[in-house]
Amino acid sequence: MSVLVNKNTRVIVQGITGHQGAFHAGEMLKFGTKLVGGTSPGKGGTMFQNDVPIFDSVADAMSQNPDATMISVAAPFVRDAAFEAIDQGIKIVYILTEHVPFHDTMEIVHEASHRGITVLGPNGPGITVPGQCKIGIMPNQIFRNGDVAVASRSGTLTYEIVYSITHAGFGESVVIGLGGDPVVGLTFVDVLKMFEKDEATKKIVLVGEIGGNNEERAAEYIKAHVSKKVVAYITGRSAPPGKRMGHAGAIIEKGVGTAESKIKAFESAGVPVAEYPVNVPDLLK
Amino acid sequence: MAFYSCCLIISPKILVISSYLVNGDTLNLYEYMGKDIFRRYGIPVPDSYVVEKESDLRKFERPSVVKSQILLGGRGKSGGIKFAKNQKELEDGVRELLGSKIRGLSVTKVLIEDMLNIKHEYYVSISLNRSERSPFIIASSSGGVEIESVPKEKIFTRKIDPLLGYSDYVGREAVKFMGLDSKLGSQFKAILSKLYTVFNEEDCELVEINPLVETADGRLIAADAKVIMDSDSMFRHKDINVVDPEKTPLELEAQSKGYAFVELDGDIGVIANGAGLTMATMDALTLHKGKPRNFLDLGGTDSVDIVVEAFELVLKANPKSILVNIFGGVTKADTVANGIVAAKEKFNITKPIVVRLSGVHEDEAREILKRNGIEPFSMMMPAIEQVVKRTGEIE
Repeated sequence: MSVLVNKNTRVIVQGITGHQGAFHAGEMLKFGTKLVGGTSPGKGGTMFQNDVPIFDSVADAMSQNPDATMISVAAPFVRDAAFEAIDQGIKIVYILTEHVPFHDTMEIVHEASHRGITVLGPNGPGITVPGQCKIGIMPNQIFRNGDVAVASRSGTLTYEIVYSITHAGFGESVVIGLGGDPVVGLTFVDVLKMFEKDEATKKIVLVGEIGGNNEERAAEYIKAHVSKKVVAYITGRSAPPGKRMGHAGAIIEKGVGTAESKIKAFESAGVPVAEYPVNVPDLLK
Repeated sequence: MAFYSCCLIISPKILVISSYLVNGDTLNLYEYMGKDIFRRYGIPVPDSYVVEKESDLRKFERPSVVKSQILLGGRGKSGGIKFAKNQKELEDGVRELLGSKIRGLSVTKVLIEDMLNIKHEYYVSISLNRSERSPFIIASSSGGVEIESVPKEKIFTRKIDPLLGYSDYVGREAVKFMGLDSKLGSQFKAILSKLYTVFNEEDCELVEINPLVETADGRLIAADAKVIMDSDSMFRHKDINVVDPEKTPLELEAQSKGYAFVELDGDIGVIANGAGLTMATMDALTLHKGKPRNFLDLGGTDSVDIVVEAFELVLKANPKSILVNIFGGVTKADTVANGIVAAKEKFNITKPIVVRLSGVHEDEAREILKRNGIEPFSMMMPAIEQVVKRTGEIE
């Protein structure tokens, strides 16, 4: 048992002939992900790396029985691509793309949730279960099999922290990037439920940032429902209010979403918060 | 309708062009622009016109309100709103406000609006609720004050399923909660329905009417308009030309080149990849008593030119030193190393450059930098300590 994906998860990439899509599809193959197809309208019938069939549509790609899709198309086309995957009933829809209008994301997330489909992202690095399956853009070489589950709102900061965890002699059961947008498919509470149930997970790391109240809600949930050890890191302590720090979701508005509020919420829930990314493994000891 | 007697209905969409204000990645509209949109969707607003210079001012006809067009809550309390009951008061009000500064914001436009005979003030807004991932209606019979100060039991809240959208039953719930009679209730429901259309079709993060005025003769009119749009939706609103007076020239330049860049008041230039890691770098500097000069996220690119261009931007901010913190993934560490070497040569940089590189192709990156006289760090914290130390040594 693992979280959301495992070695049998069959994956397609929507937009597999694009620059990003092709690069990451190649990296996923190297990782060992069961990449069973890709889509690119007009290029159906050709092959990706002589091995992976390309289809014109998701409807055609369903012949490969995919369980998950990675969407790597430009922002204006994400809504259409996600609806195409949802309409075909693919159970995990991961959106890599940045700058998707949140009105589109709201519709995608609601339709998916009505149909029991999980949305990852937009604007996140995806999901990795070391040794089994990677969907997304995380670097292949930073992982080791282990019992630490990591969930994060960032990309590179996640790699930094996973690298520290691996370097310190621990390993990961799963790493999930929620995405840096104001509206994303999964919250910390959603993944905490999965981590608490997952037998391979013994410890949990949450990597939060300024903006919204995802972390505060997680802290409340941990108090009541999580028995496993949880540690956290929050970035954006030095960010000025009212400015978006790269991620569309990383903004302090009307005093809501400050790093102080999140750190305080975690600490009051008994979750230690690391001062620097490199301190995260110390807290796991 | 009497309201529109002296108002300009020349395609409001055109009036709006080029004067949107970007705040970060949202488009925060001035009141008069918000009202142009409201008019276009049929939400009642008072007759009004914009004055940019005194010659724009028309002859006094009826009691008016002179409202400075700035993005600030509590404008009235800060002296940004004047009332005019005659020609002299109108001229004085405009003269006093136009060109003035209110809490640091320059008033370049004022709105001259018919004064309403106010019987009561209500509140209504639709916003994005991030944790519910849904549009969220807030309404209250206590308006005209900040909604945060209204007691909870007097506030109607309602999550909307974006796929269902707004329907009349939601309006009926709100009207019942607020205790409106049937005449006001039907006006309120019509306004709420149109407001939802604005929220949806204009890709808004917030549409707010505060106050929504009930006039002495029983009409509901939007006396204010706050509209914030999502800048990621601009491909659907192509007629909008984005200009941001609050952004520094350097931030605007960076934005046009596609960088996430924020200017800060410190002295250590920061180049990192990924928003989270860039923020974490700034946080670590600050905890070590270092002061970041900027936030610059290289993004997920893998190009030497982009690194060189990033250096050019940061150098324009004239920091004492530069810290580069890269965790190689999509952005390969050796690409960044080549970019650093190229930038150093191109701009003849003599300021301290402290580099931390890890991740994909870090060994190659280290070789490239060493050959060019830069000793990179592989861990983040020693690099932070080093750059703070070296910056402190500079006069």
